[in-house]
Amino acid sequence: MAKVKIEFRDIALAFGKTKVLRDISLAIEPGEFFALLGPSGSGKSTLLRVIAGFARPQTGSVLLDGKDISAVPPWKRDIGMVFQNYALWPHMSVHANVAFGLEERRLPRAAIERKVAAALEMVGLAELAARRPSQLSGGQQQRVALARTIAIEPKVLLLDEPLSNLDAKLRVHMRAELLALQRKLGVTTIFVTHDQEEALSISDRVAVLDAGVIQQVGTPMELFDQPANRFIANFVGTINLYAGTLTAGADATLFESAELGTIALPGKPRAPGAAEIAFRPHVVALSAAGAPVEPDLVRLEGRVAAREFLGEFIRYTVRSGAADIVSDQAHFTGAPSFAPGEDVQLLIQPRQIRVLAR
Amino acid sequence: MTPRFTFPQAALALAIALFLLVFLLVPVATVLYVAFTNSDGSLTLAHLRSFFQLTLMREALYNSLYVGGMSVLASSVLALPLAYFTARFRFRGALLIQTLGVLPLIMPPFVGAAAMQLLFGRSGSLNLILGDWFGLNLPIMEGLNAVIFVEALHYFPFILLNLTVALNNIDSAMEESAQNLGASGLRLFRRIVFPLALPGYMAGAALVFLKVFDDVATPLVLNVTDILAAQAYYRITSIGIDDPIGYVASVIMVVASMAALAGSTWVMRGKDYATLQRGGSALATRRLGPWQGLFAYGWIALVLLLVLSPHIGLVLLSFSRLWSFTVIPESYTLANYAAVFRDSPFMLWNSLVYCGIAAVLDVAIGTAIAYLMQRTRLPGRRLLDLVASGAVAVPGIVLGIGYLRTFRGFNLPFTELPFVSFWLIIAFAFTVRRLPYALRSCVAALQQVHISMEEAAENLGASNRRTIFRIVVPLMAGGMLAGFVTSFLTAAVEISATLMLVSATSDAPASYGIYLYMQSIVGRGPGAALGVITVLLVGLGTYASHRIMRARSLRFETLQALK
Repeated sequence: MAKVKIEFRDIALAFGKTKVLRDISLAIEPGEFFALLGPSGSGKSTLLRVIAGFARPQTGSVLLDGKDISAVPPWKRDIGMVFQNYALWPHMSVHANVAFGLEERRLPRAAIERKVAAALEMVGLAELAARRPSQLSGGQQQRVALARTIAIEPKVLLLDEPLSNLDAKLRVHMRAELLALQRKLGVTTIFVTHDQEEALSISDRVAVLDAGVIQQVGTPMELFDQPANRFIANFVGTINLYAGTLTAGADATLFESAELGTIALPGKPRAPGAAEIAFRPHVVALSAAGAPVEPDLVRLEGRVAAREFLGEFIRYTVRSGAADIVSDQAHFTGAPSFAPGEDVQLLIQPRQIRVLAR
Repeated sequence: MTPRFTFPQAALALAIALFLLVFLLVPVATVLYVAFTNSDGSLTLAHLRSFFQLTLMREALYNSLYVGGMSVLASSVLALPLAYFTARFRFRGALLIQTLGVLPLIMPPFVGAAAMQLLFGRSGSLNLILGDWFGLNLPIMEGLNAVIFVEALHYFPFILLNLTVALNNIDSAMEESAQNLGASGLRLFRRIVFPLALPGYMAGAALVFLKVFDDVATPLVLNVTDILAAQAYYRITSIGIDDPIGYVASVIMVVASMAALAGSTWVMRGKDYATLQRGGSALATRRLGPWQGLFAYGWIALVLLLVLSPHIGLVLLSFSRLWSFTVIPESYTLANYAAVFRDSPFMLWNSLVYCGIAAVLDVAIGTAIAYLMQRTRLPGRRLLDLVASGAVAVPGIVLGIGYLRTFRGFNLPFTELPFVSFWLIIAFAFTVRRLPYALRSCVAALQQVHISMEEAAENLGASNRRTIFRIVVPLMAGGMLAGFVTSFLTAAVEISATLMLVSATSDAPASYGIYLYMQSIVGRGPGAALGVITVLLVGLGTYASHRIMRARSLRFETLQALK
């Protein structure tokens, strides 16, 4: 299958006065598994519908391999889309559902039969071809929807919240299958989700949307380690985030904030001015108050306010100054633990602290 | 564990069962019995054989099926484009189409039939104009054509309304996924959209068939007698209550009605549509293109003109002194109205009383059955529902014949008055005939009331009975009102059973009065006047109840929004 590149150029779309997409420009590489991540109402599904041709942007264009498809109607685009509720037609059997797109393409009967069989084989539902959609489980319906779409060998595969109607266990299983299928087909794939774990775990790259604007595009690791702004930092994973000002000190940069007071950030000097510092819970080490401390670590004192046992780790909320700092401590048999009310010290490696411009 | 049911519930169910037994099951069973037994009570197929040996009866059966089928076809031709326009396009005609949909329903076909003859008959307005201009004469009102034309014009809204609702319930993703796979235009409509709306279409089509098959007054007003309902009526009223051929005709009518209902469900067998259409938005609507606009508005205008023609014709007729061989009446008068107000105001009063009784009973029985069905595990509750709903497949004429035969020989207690000539029996016939519609309203209304609302009341100390009256009934009130209104208004225009059961003119309801007047040429004026008055009252009632229900539903919607 030829791999296709998708480009958005200055897409803007409004429903009445509500601006749903603003100046979206983005390039998706051939064969990429690309996620559009954002909270509900962020415009991610609308952007997907723009590619499929169901939403018309007021300005801007969509290019497939450099060719503008803005004027092509949905039924001539050759872009396969799997709908959130699967949209299987209840009056047709599984086989008829999968054959539909091929029939619309006026393929000879033999070719249709071959391709339907291959598509159903690929999603592991060959035996259920005669069933009606209402006789299938949620997971099976999802596979039929997928088979129906890949049967036409689309240039691009669009998945609208493909896993949101499945239960938690099945979701984890299906996302691995989705990725495997995409790798086998090699088709450029865009999928929309509001679940950051889902987006980070399987996609090559992710674009995070909020309020119709792309906040950041990057690999999952880049988004997690180097969030571009406060929204990304908060949306992707859990984070401790404080606003204040940076000033140059004698042998360290000083960060001053209402919650934390003044703390020293050793290591390479940082540009002075208003800033936010951010660090993940799992980079905050806890030890008993007064225990010896390695040099060159940021050290804060506090008292355990709450603890949640989450299995793999324990999440502590530590009151330090006016701040509630979240710290995750890996849990294993014999690992030290701290009770609420206990005095502790918090230790952070300076390079794990990310400074966000304000 | 809670008991399966309480004593009062069982008593209520028993009372309803008794009513349905006496006024629905036994009369229908009596008809069946008479059709298949000799006078000494032994089983026989002789009556059935002699029915099919009569050429007239064979023709009547064929004609009835033909008229029913063709009426469904003609109704579909009228309704399909209108439903398609409303579902597909955003335009100002949508409201017009909705109005179009109710207009014919407030006037039964037999009322306007005489006027239609004057407008579309061989020497009616249209053919006079066509004859003058083109030398043409369209046989619209000839024989069975007339019945099909008039019935389709009055009953196509059943298809239109059901189909529109079904189209509006289709998730837009159903359509978009088909577009995404390459389908568009009419092909998309034929392969995806219409099949998904098929349940709605089938429901409407079955209803049209039942209504037309059941209708005896329209063919009679149009002088068509070689159809089954008319033959059953003539056999019983002219040859006599003991003539078995009338009973065989009745049995065949019931069988055909049931077959139509069963057929419409059979088409939908194994197609579970409900589970897959959840959430999502409705089908996307587009603006009309110029050609589409021309066609849409043209079609709407044509249908509107046709729909309004019986109404216009009736009004003209009611004010006419003389109307024949002219496009519109030659001279006008108020004498027809004067005659009606002199001779027959009591008929309007009778209608009010009978329909009032029928509607109250329908809502009471409907609410009770709905409650027993959804809130208790009383044995036989489904059977109650099935029997009450089954009344829809019993033509009015059959019910009437059943009453006459079953209750003959019974006198009213303490009097010498035969029970069958007692006016209350007409009200009971109305009750049974309109019960299926009221029942559906009540069932739907109770389904909206979440059981947790009742449990909350019981949790706060309300007894079962107090909960019903303080929580369930107020929350169901909208649906009960809708049921009451449907029962009342449709009973007001009932004619088939009425024809059989009215024994004294003083007991006649308005619909019977209109029919009686329409029998003679001189009576057509006053008949039209009474028709206009009845249609106006029914129309006003429909409008008023629509307003009340709208206000109610708005209030409940705000409540929902606040949650």
